[in-house]
Amino acid sequence: MLKLERVTGGYFSDPIVQNISFSVEKGEFFGILGPNGSGKTTLLKIISGILPVMEGKILIDGKEIHQYSRKKLAQKIAVLSQISPQAFSYTVKETVELGRYAHQKGVFHQWTIEDEKIVQQVMEETNTLHLQHATLQELSGGEQQRVYLAQALVQQPDILLLDEPTNHLDLAHQKNLLDLLKKQKLTVVSVFHELNLASLYCDRLLLLNNGRMQLLSSPDEVLTESQIKEVYQTEVRKQAHYDIAKPQIHIKPELDSSDESRWNIDASLLKIEKEKIVLQSPKALRTVSSGVVGSGIGWRSVFINRKVPPDYQHARPVKEMEGYLANFGFPLTQTVAMMTAVEMDDACYGFYEEEDFSVLTVVTAGIGNAIDSTKAEKPVPVEVGTINIWVFVNGKLSDEAFIQGVMTATEGKAQVLRELEIVDEETKTIATGTPTDSILIAATQSGRNFPYAGAATDIGRCIGKSVYNETKKAIEKYLQRKQKERHRF
Amino acid sequence: MSIQSFLKSKYMLAYVSTIVFLLCSIVAAISIGSVHVPVLDIVKIIGAQIFHLPIMDQVKDMYVNIVYEIRLPRVLLAGFVGASLAIAGAAFQGLLRNPLADPYILGISSGASVGAVATLFFHLSIPLLGNFTLPVFSIISAFLTIIAVLYFARMADRTLRVETIILTGVIFSSFLGAFISLLIALSGDELEAIIGWLLGSVAMRGWSYVAIIVPFFIIGTVLLWMNAKELNAMSFGEERAEHLGVDVAKRKLLILLAGSILTGAAVAVSGAISFVGLVIPHMVRRLWGPNHVHLLPLSMLAGSGFLILTDLVSRMIISPRVLPIGVITAIIGAPIFASILLKQRQRK
Repeated sequence: MLKLERVTGGYFSDPIVQNISFSVEKGEFFGILGPNGSGKTTLLKIISGILPVMEGKILIDGKEIHQYSRKKLAQKIAVLSQISPQAFSYTVKETVELGRYAHQKGVFHQWTIEDEKIVQQVMEETNTLHLQHATLQELSGGEQQRVYLAQALVQQPDILLLDEPTNHLDLAHQKNLLDLLKKQKLTVVSVFHELNLASLYCDRLLLLNNGRMQLLSSPDEVLTESQIKEVYQTEVRKQAHYDIAKPQIHIKPELDSSDESRWNIDASLLKIEKEKIVLQSPKALRTVSSGVVGSGIGWRSVFINRKVPPDYQHARPVKEMEGYLANFGFPLTQTVAMMTAVEMDDACYGFYEEEDFSVLTVVTAGIGNAIDSTKAEKPVPVEVGTINIWVFVNGKLSDEAFIQGVMTATEGKAQVLRELEIVDEETKTIATGTPTDSILIAATQSGRNFPYAGAATDIGRCIGKSVYNETKKAIEKYLQRKQKERHRF
Repeated sequence: MSIQSFLKSKYMLAYVSTIVFLLCSIVAAISIGSVHVPVLDIVKIIGAQIFHLPIMDQVKDMYVNIVYEIRLPRVLLAGFVGASLAIAGAAFQGLLRNPLADPYILGISSGASVGAVATLFFHLSIPLLGNFTLPVFSIISAFLTIIAVLYFARMADRTLRVETIILTGVIFSSFLGAFISLLIALSGDELEAIIGWLLGSVAMRGWSYVAIIVPFFIIGTVLLWMNAKELNAMSFGEERAEHLGVDVAKRKLLILLAGSILTGAAVAVSGAISFVGLVIPHMVRRLWGPNHVHLLPLSMLAGSGFLILTDLVSRMIISPRVLPIGVITAIIGAPIFASILLKQRQRK
């Protein structure tokens, strides 16, 4: 389809891009990335024939581009550039009609029924038909770009070149435009400024550095932390997109150094009341948690363990909990909230200080319906009797360390249940927990760096030990209280 | 299909109203003057002289003379000059993507003026050309100017960007303007002739001047008309036009050439008449849209009618004295243009 062979070119005597080779297959969405001044737009202008090829060849369907006349080339390649201000108020229809120029014949370029048909069809597809009598100036940026896309599409090109088409567009318009492009099933070569958009929409990416090819591969291979750091000279973090298997790149802003003052999560932040336990952190903590509200991975600063009556039943517990939190003025987006039927007085916590890190662990435990998850067959009716574990780490955990933290904490809990011989009433085997247990690992992400937190590491052992200790104390308190209650009746 | 009929009716209205405007201007300008000629007689005279119809029975000889020898050539000259300036202006504005651009900005009319003023100053008269010496020199120097402007613009910037062309045109305009001022400062007896010519006039030029402008007018107009769609594409930017399949370098050259032929010829026969090339296309664009397929012919018709009317006003307003036509176009044109500009900016 489109093939570049060792192409060098640029603005007269000054080759901005050098020795570029790649080929684009039919139907491919091909992205060109690179920092400012790396030659992305220049390369696109060379492909579209605006700038000369100095060395090498550009072939379209096996024929060099300078062998095509301007009109013939325009039948093969259309270009969608950034929107630019327009001096005259052409209507949308007139603007789109210009796209047929390359197909019109004769000195005066007769307009045919065929031309009209194509224009109508494309305007319908691009959702611009209802705007046809409006002038370009009356449209928003996103609508204007749709009109220019329609203009490019009525050219009926085989290849569509895009020069940062989403520049100046808001989020929704960026997405709509790219979705629309993707739907056309055209061969697309696009320059992107925005790495994450490129990652989401492109099949392959070409990374340019100082006018030369740095790498040409899939988004996952091109968008690596080390690669981006080398080319863009910027520290970034790579993460998977939430819904699809494409990488996303995040920058980390340079923080004010006065903000870096040492601060720790310790027991002084903990408020244990009759109805709830609250820990409010001065800064957001990176948190992995299960819970009613605020679960998953995120940054949270308010942690709540709420006592509810043993017969708590609610059709929509999340809504109810959110109402409860709103009542106290806790910010929903920054709060993790759990619930339990255990008395808050029985909560156990301990601050575990090691040489260069520390851990605060808080546990409430009720084992009214303890279960052995490895043996139990039918789900036990959910009663609120539950083990809630909070682990706060004063240190910096990697994603891996968070996962290992959850593992070691769970091992600590299971060990307590075994030592205390807590039995699943159904299976008569040692229980592994209760059906509604929740856990939370939160880290300040400052101080010592922990790439791992398994049992082989000091942090891993500290988490395991602290969870074991506090859970054991909490369950013992729970059992004593139950015993007292039994004596009373 | 209803859209098509809408477009058709819109442009139909545009053409009909503009042509009616032009015809009314022509008839009014021929009829009104120190001697009033009845409209019916005008029709008869023109019918008889041009189509050789036997309808001259009751028309006075004096009317025939006034209409055919004095007013008709004057009106036609004004019409062709107005049409040339307006269509050239429309094309330059589209090409340069700037509604404020006009033939004067490119230095073309300054170039033509230098040729004319030099002819007057040096009392140049080439035997074969006789009275045509001035217009011919004027057209030649207009050509030379646009070639020089393009040459220098290309030296500064090989892609010949619009901004560079405008800048070069402005530089040439002031440079050539200085030459004109120099010639005026040095002139003695020729002063009145130079100033009279510079202020612009279509009076007392006769049929010979009409004959000079017509061939240039036809060549220039047809050339521009053939590039109407390209002008549409280029008014979206040269790169976009290139992407749409327009051979920009070639088309740009053709349009500049046609524009300078039209401007050069107009300036040569009537002197420097400002604002027609600026205001007329601007008003037509605001009324009927910027599509050059219609903008060019409509500007041509409207510019023609406008200058005929302006000429009528210039000879009637302080009759029997005649005001220079360039003064009237500037007096009418500048405020209209300013108010359009103001409205446009305020809306933004």
